[in-house]
Amino acid sequence: MKRYIMEHTYSIEAGNYAVAGEASSSIKGLLKKLGIDGGIVRRMAIAAYEAEMNLVIHSVGGSLTIKIAPDELLLISEDGGPGIADIDLAMEEGYSTAPEEAREMGFGAGMGLSNMKRCADEFNIHSDAGIGTKLQIKIYLK
Amino acid sequence: MGGYYHSVTLDKDKCKGCTNCIKRCPTEAIRVREGKARIIAERCIDCGECIRVCPYHAKIAVTDPLSSIYKFTYRIALPAPALYGQFKDVSDIDYILSALKSLGFNHVYEVAKGADYNTAFVKEWLKNKGIKKPQISSACPAIVRLIQVRFPELIENIVPIESPMEIAAQLARQEFYQKFGAREEDIGVFFITPCAAKMTSIKKPIGKEKSTVDGAISILDIYGALNSKIGDLQEIEGLQRASAYGVGWANSSGECAALSVERYLAVDGIQNVIHVLEEIENNKFPDLDFFEGLACVGGCVGGPLTFENGFVAKNRIKTLTDEMDKYSLTQNEFNAAKNSIRWEFTEDIQPKPVMKLDDDLTLAVQKMEKMERIFNSLPGLDCGSCGSPNCRTLAEDIVQGEASELDCVFKLRERVKELAEEMIELAEKIPTGRHGEDDSK
Repeated sequence: MKRYIMEHTYSIEAGNYAVAGEASSSIKGLLKKLGIDGGIVRRMAIAAYEAEMNLVIHSVGGSLTIKIAPDELLLISEDGGPGIADIDLAMEEGYSTAPEEAREMGFGAGMGLSNMKRCADEFNIHSDAGIGTKLQIKIYLK
Repeated sequence: MGGYYHSVTLDKDKCKGCTNCIKRCPTEAIRVREGKARIIAERCIDCGECIRVCPYHAKIAVTDPLSSIYKFTYRIALPAPALYGQFKDVSDIDYILSALKSLGFNHVYEVAKGADYNTAFVKEWLKNKGIKKPQISSACPAIVRLIQVRFPELIENIVPIESPMEIAAQLARQEFYQKFGAREEDIGVFFITPCAAKMTSIKKPIGKEKSTVDGAISILDIYGALNSKIGDLQEIEGLQRASAYGVGWANSSGECAALSVERYLAVDGIQNVIHVLEEIENNKFPDLDFFEGLACVGGCVGGPLTFENGFVAKNRIKTLTDEMDKYSLTQNEFNAAKNSIRWEFTEDIQPKPVMKLDDDLTLAVQKMEKMERIFNSLPGLDCGSCGSPNCRTLAEDIVQGEASELDCVFKLRERVKELAEEMIELAEKIPTGRHGEDDSK
C-alpha cells in the first residue's frame, strides 16, 4: 500500500454552479502552499477542475479527494451515479452529454475526460451504469 | 541579483496600526506588528493598493524629487500617457508637453510614442509559432511581479518585449545625441509616473540588468506646477508625435486596441486580474490569444500617483484620442528602431514562489496539518486584530514562528477567562483561619 502523507476530501454538490470550481481552486492553493513544482500544480489544477465540473454537471453529487505522497499526487473523483454508459465514447474529444443549461454557461465541450487524461501520468476510470463513476488521476512528483 | 527594492514604503509616524492595508494587499505582504504595519519585502509587488486604502497616508511611494534632474547636464522627460488625462479643458497635448519641458527639461519624448513602437514589436512577436497562449502583456510591472509571486507557472506566457517606457528612453537618448552630440552619461532621462511599480521597475528591472531610465517623478509631485504653467505658456512647441493608439494605452484595453488582436481579454483592478489569472491557469480560456491585465482600476489613469479622478481622466483620454490620427509606425521608423535599440528582454523572468510553506514536502505537509488544526481553533472572523490579514494567514504565521496563538484577541480572552476561573477556584481552596479550626475539631 502506498503511504500518503496527506489527504483531503471535498464534497461536491450536483448542479450548484455558484460554488463550482471552489474545490479545485482550493486543491491548487494547497499544492502551491506545499511548494509542489508549478508545472505539476497546473496539471493537477486542470484535472481537478475538469473532474469537479463533471461532478457538478453530470453526477447526482459526489466527492473529490486529493492524496499526497512524497513521490506522487493522486486525485480521486467518486460519485453516486448515474454512471457512464459507454466510456470509450465518453473519452472521445467533442463527445458530450452535457445538458443545455451547462452548455449555455460555456461548459460541455466534450473535452473534460480527454483533458484530464492528458494531464495525468496514470489515468483510471471505472463506471457502472446506474451506480456511479470512479476516476483516478495520478501525477508523479519525481 | 540579491536584495529588494520597493518604492512602496511606510511612514512609521503616521501609521496607526489599523487593518485597512493588511486586508487589501493582494499578496498578503503586510502585517501589523507592535502597533505598526510591516511590509514583507519578498512578497510586495508595489501595486500601490495600500497607498490608496490607507486613511492616514502612512503608505507612501518613494519617487525622485523634481530637483534630482539637475544631477545631469541634459534632462529628458518621458511623460506617461496617463498624464494627458490630468488637466481640465486642455484639448491640445502640446500644451501639456511644452509646460512639462519648461519645468527644467531640455527635451520631452512621449512614452505614448514608445507604446507605438512596443505595439509594432509585439505584433511581430505574436506571429511566432509555438509561443504559449494566451500571451500576457508585460506592460504593467505590478502584474508581472504578481505573476512571479502567485502564478509562476504563467511566466512563460509573458510577452518578452521591452515596455513603452524603456523603448522611449532609448529612442529619446538616441535622438538627443544625434541632435546635440551630448555624452551618454551627461543625459538624464526621467519618467513622469502614475504609479509606484514603475519606480521599482527602474531601480530593480525585470527582464534586463539595468534600466535606461535614470529616475521617476510622480505626477502628483509636479501636478500643481504643471497646471499653472499650462495656463501661462509663452510658446507652444510641437512635441506631440504619438498616435491615438499610443495615447490610448493610458486606459485599460488601450494596448489591446492598438494591437488589434481578435481574441483578447483586457482586465483592470488587481483583484479582477487575479481572478482571471486563476482561470487562465486552469486552462479555462483555451481560445484566448492575448491577455492585458492592469493593476489599477481604469488602467494607468487610475494609478495611485495621479491627481485626477481616474474615471474623469479616462474620459478625457478618450476625447483626446477620438480627435487624433489612428496611424501606425512607418516601416522605416520600425526598421530603424529594431536595429538600434534593445527591444527584447535580455534576462529570463524568475519565479518567486514565496507563498510556499517549506522547501521540503514532508515538512510542508506537517506545517500544513498544524496550520489546519490551528485554523480550526480560531474564531474565523477574519477581523485582523492580530495583525495578520485573516485567520488562515495567522495560522500560517504561527506555524512559521512569526506570531503566537495569543495574538488572537478571542484566544486571549478565552485564556484570561480560564486563568480567572482558576484563580477563583484557588481562592476557594485557601483555608481561612476559622475554617481550619472547624476542620480540626
